[in-house]
Amino acid sequence: MSALAASPSKRILTKGNEAICLGAVAAGCRHYYGYPITPQNDIPEYMAAHLPALGGTFLQAESEVATINIILGTSASGKRVMTSSSGPGISLMQEGLSYMAGSELPAVIVNISRSGPGLGGIAPSQGDYFQAVKGGGHGGYRLIVLAPHSVQEMYTLTMLAFDLADKYRTPAMILGDAVVGQMKEPFVASPYDPASTVEKPWALTGCVGRERRNLKSLHLKDNAIEVHNWKLHEKYERIRKDETRAESYMLDGATIAIVAFGTAARVSKTAIQWARKEGIAAGMLRPITLFPFPEREVFELARTVDVLLVIEMNTGQMVEDVRQCTSLHDRIAFLGKPCVMPTPEEILERIRLLAGRKG
Amino acid sequence: MTGDIIMAGFGGQGILMIGNLLAITAMEEGKHVTWFPAYGVEMRGGTANCTVVVSDEEIGSPVVGRPKGLLIMNGPSMEKFLPMLAPGGDLIINSSLVEERQVTRNDIRLLQVPADDIARNKIGSRQMASMVALGAYVARSGIVKLSTVFDCLPKVISKKYEKFIPLNVNALKEGAALAGFHA
Amino acid sequence: MSAPGKVGFSKAVYTRPRSLVDVKSHFCPGCHHGTIHKIVAECIDRYDLREKTIGVACVGCSVFLYDYIDVDVVESPHGRAPAVATGVKRAQPDKFVFTYQGDGDLAAIGTSEVIHAANRGENLSVIFVNNTTYGMTGGQMAPTTMLGQKTSTTPYGRDFRSDGYPIRMAELLSGLEGTAYSARVAVSTPAQIRKAKESVRKAFEMQISGMGFSIVEFLSTCPTNWGMKPLDAQKRVLGEMSEYFPLGVFKERKQADVA
Ligand SMILES: Cc1ncc(C[n+]2csc(CCOP(=O)(O)OP(=O)(O)O)c2C)c(N)n1
Ligand code: SF4
Ligand SMILES: [Mg+2]
Repeated sequence: MSALAASPSKRILTKGNEAICLGAVAAGCRHYYGYPITPQNDIPEYMAAHLPALGGTFLQAESEVATINIILGTSASGKRVMTSSSGPGISLMQEGLSYMAGSELPAVIVNISRSGPGLGGIAPSQGDYFQAVKGGGHGGYRLIVLAPHSVQEMYTLTMLAFDLADKYRTPAMILGDAVVGQMKEPFVASPYDPASTVEKPWALTGCVGRERRNLKSLHLKDNAIEVHNWKLHEKYERIRKDETRAESYMLDGATIAIVAFGTAARVSKTAIQWARKEGIAAGMLRPITLFPFPEREVFELARTVDVLLVIEMNTGQMVEDVRQCTSLHDRIAFLGKPCVMPTPEEILERIRLLAGRKG
Repeated sequence: MTGDIIMAGFGGQGILMIGNLLAITAMEEGKHVTWFPAYGVEMRGGTANCTVVVSDEEIGSPVVGRPKGLLIMNGPSMEKFLPMLAPGGDLIINSSLVEERQVTRNDIRLLQVPADDIARNKIGSRQMASMVALGAYVARSGIVKLSTVFDCLPKVISKKYEKFIPLNVNALKEGAALAGFHA
Repeated sequence: MSAPGKVGFSKAVYTRPRSLVDVKSHFCPGCHHGTIHKIVAECIDRYDLREKTIGVACVGCSVFLYDYIDVDVVESPHGRAPAVATGVKRAQPDKFVFTYQGDGDLAAIGTSEVIHAANRGENLSVIFVNNTTYGMTGGQMAPTTMLGQKTSTTPYGRDFRSDGYPIRMAELLSGLEGTAYSARVAVSTPAQIRKAKESVRKAFEMQISGMGFSIVEFLSTCPTNWGMKPLDAQKRVLGEMSEYFPLGVFKERKQADVA
């Protein structure tokens, strides 16, 4: 961020939701389908206004159930395709996502999450963590899940999501929330630098001069479904090994390490700056990929600090994954704020308490 | 200079626009800045508000519980936001539409700006009321330079309305003058 | 409005229906949801149904039905009200069950539920509010959006080549055998309001006499998302909307038909 401040002229003030669109378009996505829901409507509205001029297709479907299956069809055609929604709509997409994971079809799904369960509310929340990282739909699969914490990352991680989805032939999700979606901040439209160009030799384009192809998730013969599950498993293991991303923030010499993602991580940064000014050695490990989860990083960190303070905008979801990473459970503390942003003040308060200081 | 402000009023008064202008100005001055709007059902009933945070350091929360500045363009917003203003904070009210007796606190720095009257009588367009108020806030708080605000006007005003830029500059100046600033 | 007597009149010229809660409305100025709520409440009162009614709220600007209508109300997921209502009615056939749904809710995401509830002849009533847009989410295209109408997701106007045509639900549902009553009404003039009440009464009577599925489609306004003053919004209903969505009764089952 401070690098940005050095070159003010290249920066544009942009809404997080719009940065997602810019990232998608930069990454060559020309197909967007969706269904309205707060707080992500800026995304379909931007795409409706801009895709036609780019020769792309915008379609407002009759529901999220239809949306995800239109996505499936375009993905099967070998095109980059994206949708966005929020909790209730993402729930309706779970069946389609399971089919896509099973059929190994890439796409980018954006969840600008809101409060739940049910209709819940439109306040920012991180209550969809479990749904995003544990599969969500039936049958045992994983989505690649990226968690931006700034407008800049809404842009760059969307581009990355397309690359990873194509590379591993699997749906990838951007898990944001109303805060990173609705806010504007300066960002730089850095050029798209594809990790690698991925051919799609599996796409259905009509079998001119080649064998016919099928894209499917049904495997009834012999032990075909078992074989298929092992194949998917190996893929998820490769993703775990090669694609884990996390930011280390002020972890040098830290005795208290926050573990937080997205908006909760953003607010924590302020609290950490304040704590450092008071002489408390606080820092943060911020998972950028929620699946794959930075397991090794958490494991190492737990051995070097006194406390891991997990902060989430829910009553405790990622904290379960943090516990999985280490046996040093007595070093794990938790601060949960369901459906509200924690304030830097209350985070600092907790840091002080853990450091054995009175506020 | 570091600061934060909540701006609130009716939809159509240009609240989101002046917030955006302030944010772009801060960005052009090389600062960290965030702009956060009310969204969704909060907008029903025709109210609008946004929060702008300006800082020399990376900004954690774009939402503030205790803003240092408050710009209130209509009566109903006063009730909702006045209790949040930090003690000693700047309260700019559009005194054309907000009555002074609604200001139920005296631990804050009040600046009354008859924004609608000035816009109508001195600038010749009621649309300019929010610009007058922004000019007053910028001058009072010193959060950004007024001259940079002028420079950034073309970034928020579409080509179609370019000819109104001088009007906007006048409105900003009138507001600033009320805060004792003369450009 | 204050209660009769308080204002010094000797005769009550207006009384709030018993089934309407006395609260300040959150709807935008010129929105018809409030008027339609009142008609529903009046018809509930007319048949003395308040204590045996279970309402089903949908997702949209009218989700707050439970704040206005003084009866038991269950909330359903977006579009699923007719399924939820089916569940209530099958469990308690002696109760009076109605849904209140917007056009995005009923005619987009919930098409399957409403068609199958109608086709099964579920003995329940549907109040359907067509304002040609998604009000709650900020004015996106609905299946009922008029051709050429600009919405936030049809910034260049609805084009049948990519977005299809505005869907006429009252006519469509009237074609199903299970539908006992289907009508389209409006509430833009006092005469229309009277007619609308008649239709809601008819729909309710169908349910009371066990004749099956009934629906009343209301042409309604959304001045906020149409970007119109309330009066202009009224004019739009009376003009282009009524032209494309004709008012009238499309199906009315007679007792003899079910005998
Ligand atoms: C599964 C799901 N998708 C989307 C939404 C968001 N949503 C809330 S209300 C609404 C549509 C409202 O339009 P309509 O039914 O026409 O009602 P109106 O507000 O116009 O009365 C939508 C899409 C949701 N709540 N659930
Ligand atoms: S947004 Fe539209 S439908 Fe919703 S309350 Fe306002 S006018 Fe009525
Ligand atoms: Mg509607």
